[in-house]
Amino acid sequence: MAGHAQHKESFISKYVFSQDHKMISRQFLITAVFMGIIAVLLSVLFRIQLGWPGESFEILNALLGDRWAPGGVMNQNAYLALVTIHGTIMVFFVLTGGLSGTFSNLLIPLQIGARDMASGFLNMLSYWFFFVSSVIMISSLFIETGAASGGWTVYPPLSALPQAMPGSGLGMTMWLLSMVLFVVSSLLGGLNYIVTIVNLRTKGLKMTRLPLTIWAFLVTAILGVLSFPVLVSAVVLLLMDRGMGTAFYLSNIFIDGEALDVTGGSPILYQHLFWFLGHPEVYIVLLPALGISSEVIATNARKPIFGYKAMVGSILAIGFLSFIVWGHHMFLTGMSPWLGGLFVITTLLIAIPSAVKAFNYITTLWRGNIRYTPAMLFSIGLVSTFVSGGLTGIILADSALDINVHDTYFVVAHFHIVMGMSAIFGMMAGVYHWFPKMFGKMMNTKLGYVHFWLTFVCGYGVFFPMHFVGLAGAPRRYYDYSNFEFLQVALDLNPLISVFAIVGAIAQILFLYNFFYSIFRGQAAVQNPWKSNTLEWTTPVEHIHGNWEGDLPVVHRWPYDYSNPQHENDFVPQTVPLGPDEKDH
Amino acid sequence: MFSLLVLITIVLGVVAAVQLSKVYQLAAKLRNHREEDISLADNKMNAWLMLIWMFVFFAGVIYFYIAYGDYLPVSASAHGNDIDMLFTVNVVIITIVFFLVHLFLFYFSWKYYYREDRKAFFFAHSTKLELIWTIIPSIVLAFMIIFGLRIWNDITDVVASENPVRLEVYAKQFDWTIRYPGADSELGFSNYNLISGTNPLGIASDELIIEKIAELDEEILSIEKKLKEEGDFLPPSQVDALEDKIYRLQRHKLRINDVSTSREASSGEFKAGKDDKLVKGELHLPLGREVEFIFNSRDVIHSAFMPHFRAQMNAVPGIPTRFKMTPTITTDSMRVMEDNPNFDYILLCNKVCGASHNNMAVKVIIESEEEYQAWLEEQKTFSESLGGEAEETDEAEESKLEPVAEK
Repeated sequence: MAGHAQHKESFISKYVFSQDHKMISRQFLITAVFMGIIAVLLSVLFRIQLGWPGESFEILNALLGDRWAPGGVMNQNAYLALVTIHGTIMVFFVLTGGLSGTFSNLLIPLQIGARDMASGFLNMLSYWFFFVSSVIMISSLFIETGAASGGWTVYPPLSALPQAMPGSGLGMTMWLLSMVLFVVSSLLGGLNYIVTIVNLRTKGLKMTRLPLTIWAFLVTAILGVLSFPVLVSAVVLLLMDRGMGTAFYLSNIFIDGEALDVTGGSPILYQHLFWFLGHPEVYIVLLPALGISSEVIATNARKPIFGYKAMVGSILAIGFLSFIVWGHHMFLTGMSPWLGGLFVITTLLIAIPSAVKAFNYITTLWRGNIRYTPAMLFSIGLVSTFVSGGLTGIILADSALDINVHDTYFVVAHFHIVMGMSAIFGMMAGVYHWFPKMFGKMMNTKLGYVHFWLTFVCGYGVFFPMHFVGLAGAPRRYYDYSNFEFLQVALDLNPLISVFAIVGAIAQILFLYNFFYSIFRGQAAVQNPWKSNTLEWTTPVEHIHGNWEGDLPVVHRWPYDYSNPQHENDFVPQTVPLGPDEKDH
Repeated sequence: MFSLLVLITIVLGVVAAVQLSKVYQLAAKLRNHREEDISLADNKMNAWLMLIWMFVFFAGVIYFYIAYGDYLPVSASAHGNDIDMLFTVNVVIITIVFFLVHLFLFYFSWKYYYREDRKAFFFAHSTKLELIWTIIPSIVLAFMIIFGLRIWNDITDVVASENPVRLEVYAKQFDWTIRYPGADSELGFSNYNLISGTNPLGIASDELIIEKIAELDEEILSIEKKLKEEGDFLPPSQVDALEDKIYRLQRHKLRINDVSTSREASSGEFKAGKDDKLVKGELHLPLGREVEFIFNSRDVIHSAFMPHFRAQMNAVPGIPTRFKMTPTITTDSMRVMEDNPNFDYILLCNKVCGASHNNMAVKVIIESEEEYQAWLEEQKTFSESLGGEAEETDEAEESKLEPVAEK
């Protein structure tokens, strides 16, 4: 297949219903950036309530109105709705759709030397399902009874019964519909990624020569394809319980003065289904970030990633284990303690491949020649947070210890450090690193430095103290802690945490400015700005349909020949043939 | 005013940043600077920031360990001491790993910043190193798993002690009801279909079943009456809603019949519930005796969390759950130990359950066996409370016919 001829395209087919993976990846990224802005804003609003409970703030009244923040004080229903939608947007729309959608789309064809995704049409559908799903989720914030409010996990019966709370009304229905469309988007995308990686690799690109980004995207897509269908069934069953009188999740309920005519269901069934997705989901969020940072760290340390095979093995092991650990979210649901014990073992096993990855990153830095691009800073930040967050996971995985920290701020601290920091850092690293590829322009490095250091310090400032709030016994999803004398620690630390959160949020304005300004006015990029080995840097700066003019590149070596002593340059692109005395790695 | 000031500050800050970056970009253009060329000064600065951050970070972590490390008082239950010991061991291990790994990470980040004149060390893999850091974590984790599971198995052991206190903790939005068995040491049969204003847990007895059916019949009759009298004038949607309500009430009656049938099939009579004692607002427990909690909920999932006892279990509608523990320190002793005359143990809801989730708590009082027995003696039995006034007037009103004004 020779290079496609450039044919004239209309505005609609080029910018709106594009089937070109590079355009779709930009659409995903920009949508995710907008969703991220909203989710961060929501968190600032509820951090104001947590930091200074009951105090009046004009800004709350101005943004939420008299219904949700009468007199400038957010009410309980608004608080729960904000927490719920913040979590949902961050986990699904920013870190799943945004992260995989952007970087799998951009990098899979470019790094494996393919003209485009296996199916451009399905890829386009994947974006538009994501878009519609985002619109529904955001609109649910503006309806009369308020958005879904049962936490991002929306456990029934709370989420199944409109009588239980206002947020379980129309807002919940919209949440569920949005999630169904989201899963459709995710499946269309995931199938495409798998098929493309398996079938469309260019000549010479054996699986053992794949960049770790592609390995991570492949395993992520497989996890998504295997687990998201379970979420969609959980969600559809919940919709039926809400609207059609079925009782999948309901039994023995007396609410609002009436004994309901539903028996035989189990609220715990929903949790099993939800977490069967929910735990692989954690790795769907994290693996692409780890893949990105592997690439960024090797490139900028000018050193091969240490232990390539161990890294691939770890990704596969994490992917496999992530399917048999979901019960650790449910130790206290009355589940058989023996089964709980099994989940303790499988969960703690995941720490082994995770530890291998962390050590390998650090060894990659050892005796490297580290070039501090903003992407590199974020990748080092990722390693730090991955270690900090991973270690507290060891406490949570232990069922006996989970008894006292389950659903407290300790959990909030743990998963925000791994997801809110590590995964977001991976995403940021990806944006800074591949911005020249996506937009043909460079982002401002100095602003990137300020952005990183403020985000890194504020991130730890927000989430590290939360461990201690949790250890003191403070439950999560509480609107106000001032009723409880023993939770004085929450009152002491919350203002500090909120200040860090607000400063950290403001720091993101630097990123937004840098991002949007650079798209239009940034310095023009050169073809291979980071002196990188992978194939995407052999394509022209200007996006062309089909990615390469003329023939597809041929791969002769692995992607990590940085500072190879047999070569003069400190990088050797994958397209350079092996020398006579050179061995494949 | 304050938020206006904040807003202005943010806007000005952004404007300043924008202007600075414009100046910077112009200067870069003049110097012919390219964004991807990271200068030695920049590399050096970030390397030093990594090192400085390491010290700041470590100092912060140590400060938090010292200042907030043991905020929760010593465990007030027997198994809680085991949990605390396990926790300490785990924290020591993860803290060592945390400091070591971060030390290497930030030290390397500081030491090996980019210099033109050197080349990185080409070091792609080392089976020995990789084996070391696969095997050592495996051994440490195996130890942690075994240690943790032994304690978990002890806590969840099914063998009960000789003379346990058995009680039910019953959740609803947004309060807890504690049910103690009466003289027969048995908690009476209960069913959600029998819940009424005077019977918040749906405890079963022949009279209560008859009463509940009569209540439902009355409700059906009054709706039928309303339909007959006003049916022609009501909008069709309301008529539908009322007819639907009758259907649901009749189904409810059928389910109550099932309850009575199950009685006939088994013990013969609902006796055990009459002398049960229902208490709200306080959970009293005797010192040193094992307590077997049974948790139930009537509406959504709640979670009974008693942080001072390292105890927690979800209350799930339709699925009773269990937890057992032995309190080891009385409220009074803890007040002395904590040097806080107002100290109280607490049981609070830890599974989001609706708007007032954060107000759903009940005081826990640990006292000597004698004090506990004396207190329990004072509490009214369920049948005594039925004789008196309705316990929950708000619910009593709810269960009467309400205008079916569906929106």
